[in-house]
Amino acid sequence: MSIQLTVNGQVRELDVDPDMPLLWAIRDHLQLTGTKFGCGMALCGACTVHIDGQPTRSCITPVSAVAGKKVTTIEGLSTTAGRAVQAAWVKLDVPQCGYCQSGQVMSAAALLAGNSRPTDEDIDAAMAGNICRCATYVRIRAAIHQAADALPAAAGQS
Amino acid sequence: MYFRHTDNLSMLLSRPEGVSRRDFLRLTTLAGAGLTLGAAWPAPAAQGAAKSSAGSNLLATPFVRIDPDNTVTVICKHLEAGQGVWTGLPAVVAEELDASWDQMRVESAPALVPTYGNLAFGPDARVQGTGGSTSLANSWDQLRHAGATARAMLVQAAAARWKVAASDITVSDGVVSHSSGRKATFGELAASAARLPVPANVGLKDPAHFKLIGQEKLPRLDSHAKSTGTQQFAIDVMLPGMMTAVIARPPRFGAKVQSIDATAAKAVPGVVDVVQVPRGVAVVGRDMWSAKKGREALKVTWDESAAEKRGTDELLKSYRELSRGKDAHVALSRGDVDAALKGAAKVIETEFEFPYLAHAPMEPLTSVCRLGADRCEIWAGCQFQTIDQINAATAVGLKPEQVTIYTLAAGGTFGRRANAESDYISEVASIAKATGGKYPVRLIWTREDDITGGRYRPLNYHRITAGLSKDGKLVAVRQSMVGQSIMAGTPFAAMMKDGVDPTAVEGNTAELYDVEHAQVTWSQPTVGVPVLWWRSVGHSHSAFSKEVAIDELAQAAGQDPVAFRLALLEKHPRQAAALKLAAGKAGWDRPFPQGNGRGRGIAVHESFGSVVAHVAEVTVTDDAIRVDRVVCAVDCGIAVTPDVVRAQMQSCVGYGLSAALYGKITLTDGRVDQTNFHQYRVMRINEMPRLIEVHIVPSSNPPSGVGEPGLPPIAPAVANAIRAATGIRLRKLPFDLAAARSAKV
Repeated sequence: MSIQLTVNGQVRELDVDPDMPLLWAIRDHLQLTGTKFGCGMALCGACTVHIDGQPTRSCITPVSAVAGKKVTTIEGLSTTAGRAVQAAWVKLDVPQCGYCQSGQVMSAAALLAGNSRPTDEDIDAAMAGNICRCATYVRIRAAIHQAADALPAAAGQS
Repeated sequence: MYFRHTDNLSMLLSRPEGVSRRDFLRLTTLAGAGLTLGAAWPAPAAQGAAKSSAGSNLLATPFVRIDPDNTVTVICKHLEAGQGVWTGLPAVVAEELDASWDQMRVESAPALVPTYGNLAFGPDARVQGTGGSTSLANSWDQLRHAGATARAMLVQAAAARWKVAASDITVSDGVVSHSSGRKATFGELAASAARLPVPANVGLKDPAHFKLIGQEKLPRLDSHAKSTGTQQFAIDVMLPGMMTAVIARPPRFGAKVQSIDATAAKAVPGVVDVVQVPRGVAVVGRDMWSAKKGREALKVTWDESAAEKRGTDELLKSYRELSRGKDAHVALSRGDVDAALKGAAKVIETEFEFPYLAHAPMEPLTSVCRLGADRCEIWAGCQFQTIDQINAATAVGLKPEQVTIYTLAAGGTFGRRANAESDYISEVASIAKATGGKYPVRLIWTREDDITGGRYRPLNYHRITAGLSKDGKLVAVRQSMVGQSIMAGTPFAAMMKDGVDPTAVEGNTAELYDVEHAQVTWSQPTVGVPVLWWRSVGHSHSAFSKEVAIDELAQAAGQDPVAFRLALLEKHPRQAAALKLAAGKAGWDRPFPQGNGRGRGIAVHESFGSVVAHVAEVTVTDDAIRVDRVVCAVDCGIAVTPDVVRAQMQSCVGYGLSAALYGKITLTDGRVDQTNFHQYRVMRINEMPRLIEVHIVPSSNPPSGVGEPGLPPIAPAVANAIRAATGIRLRKLPFDLAAARSAKV
């Protein structure tokens, strides 16, 4: 069955099992490998992408459910908030092994898109679904605050 | 053919009689550096990582390559799994080379010994691998010499080009200069430098003149790739025609395939092959989804006659009995512990239990194999390149030198990727063999495969009986430890001494405190659950029983926990210094505001040549534990990249707290009870201490590791803080305050 979706601004057609999780569709069939497999049960957040701007766990989202929707992966992240997050991540040397960081960045970018001045509690709520076994959490928190400081306050509600 | 299979591996890993590990390390370090840089570099052309300089316009030595584009690439023999070797090792080279940090690059070395052997692992550097927090320690002299040698060659090339004395040339920040004003970049000089003989003896910098080493914030070389999704891990390798495999493994450890019905599996669209391999049944599909669905449809009957069928409770019961038995091995003995305990004014006996723990790196085990008639290529986050090469060769029936290893960044390991059987690499090689090499194959372990797949930190039981003298001094310690051996039954058994697995007893109470009368014994149960080193190995449990028992003894002696420890650390000045630094920075001498469930605790531990002390502050609310603040002091010798040291301390705290607060693998009738992160809980951002302060003890000693030593003292520091807050002593991991409270009543 052919499924049409928009990935990083490009319309893509996939001939795959409609039940296939979006994660494996974008990794194995579109060769976009920045999005990671971590648990397959929406428990770790490594597979986070944006669907119509909303952070979504691609490992449990059937590819058929995103037909006609806009999917953004780490490769296509180009929002102001996204860039601010990535700049802060590099500046503070957040990553260690780095494997979970695509998902962390996608979750953080989505947080800042809707809330340009998140409190620590906002960060806990938005990021608690993303596991980092290297426990880079102290720096993730600091980097989100730093990215927020770099954003114009009008970019989101405070 | 230089070695093959396990007996030869044992030989590789042993060291000459009568040579201490420290001496051995020193000898091999010096020999290694001279050998590799002094000899002509054998180009591993097939491996593509480091190129020969002969006839080219770049300068290449085993560890450093300088390209005409002015980049300096450090060839890294160690696995980057997050611990920062891709930054720390280049920093050592850049320092001696006087390079600019901006021009530094890094890439993984091919599997090649002795050139890339770990000098801490065995004679003649014949095993390449990463572990024991040795990367920086064993590379320190080697890479300083590599950097200094390349620098000397650049200077010679400039001197020849400008027809001036080499002694009038300076190098700074990546620029070679002469007092006349002439300047050249490394890239401009690389081709001429490459034609020069490699100098045998080059001087090293006086550490007082280090510019990059010790710099507070040297940016990591991998941050950009890891923040943009462009870092390649094994799971990201895409080869033309590649298929994806998953393996159905037995539901109980030790079971074997009895029969297979692959009819339904083969009917799943996208499934291309179902093959039996030594560890189970592999289902190969055109993508991960079809392979996974194929495995769900596969019917395997298992022969469980030899399988481990006991549960954790049963095992622990047997461990307690073993601890009282007579066949324990003596790991340490001094003085007369029986008499000293008999004469003690006060004797305290405590028991500790530690669960099996899975490593659960974020990148589940993944490996890729492409097999040809006389060549096998492996892509993986390899932690034991030499052993992986041998095991892959055995699996496909080739010689080790016909196996090319491409070491990629690993999405975490914590010890999991280093095992004597190279499990996930042997598996992918065996699938390639069973499918005749007709396509490249990628093996992915699901998270369930990972959590239920064994090779856990061993289940452990400790009992400590300790005696205090009338004046409250610790005079005798008897420690009984029971836990499976990681080394027994593997080639690493050659490192066992007097029947004792050093990784089972390392860091015990009598080893790290000055106690006049002490005996430490270890009993080795036979259990069918595979075990492995887990971040900080034996120290992951030994530090806990030691530091909680010491705290209890300090309390019994009516002494301050810091003062009590310091009195027992006269022969361990580095531990004493770290303890004092952490206590000082945490304001230990000021009263801590007790009440409202708040408490403060301390612990110190030496492991892998480094010392770490933590002060933990906690809040306990309705038996829920929150760690508010950790003040850490670390002595790791010269801190090459202090920000990486801080990152590793933060990481060790988080990883250690995952285990202390939640981590356990349990078995019921031999089946693992946990399957994924909903049952095998790990630390999340909302549970992480908000404040972790890291203080580095100034040192001029050569660097020692930081990937593991921050972990052992965190759980006991928190347990001691909980005791201060609640009066409850936690001696069983993971912490269950409600259970401990009701057990006390």
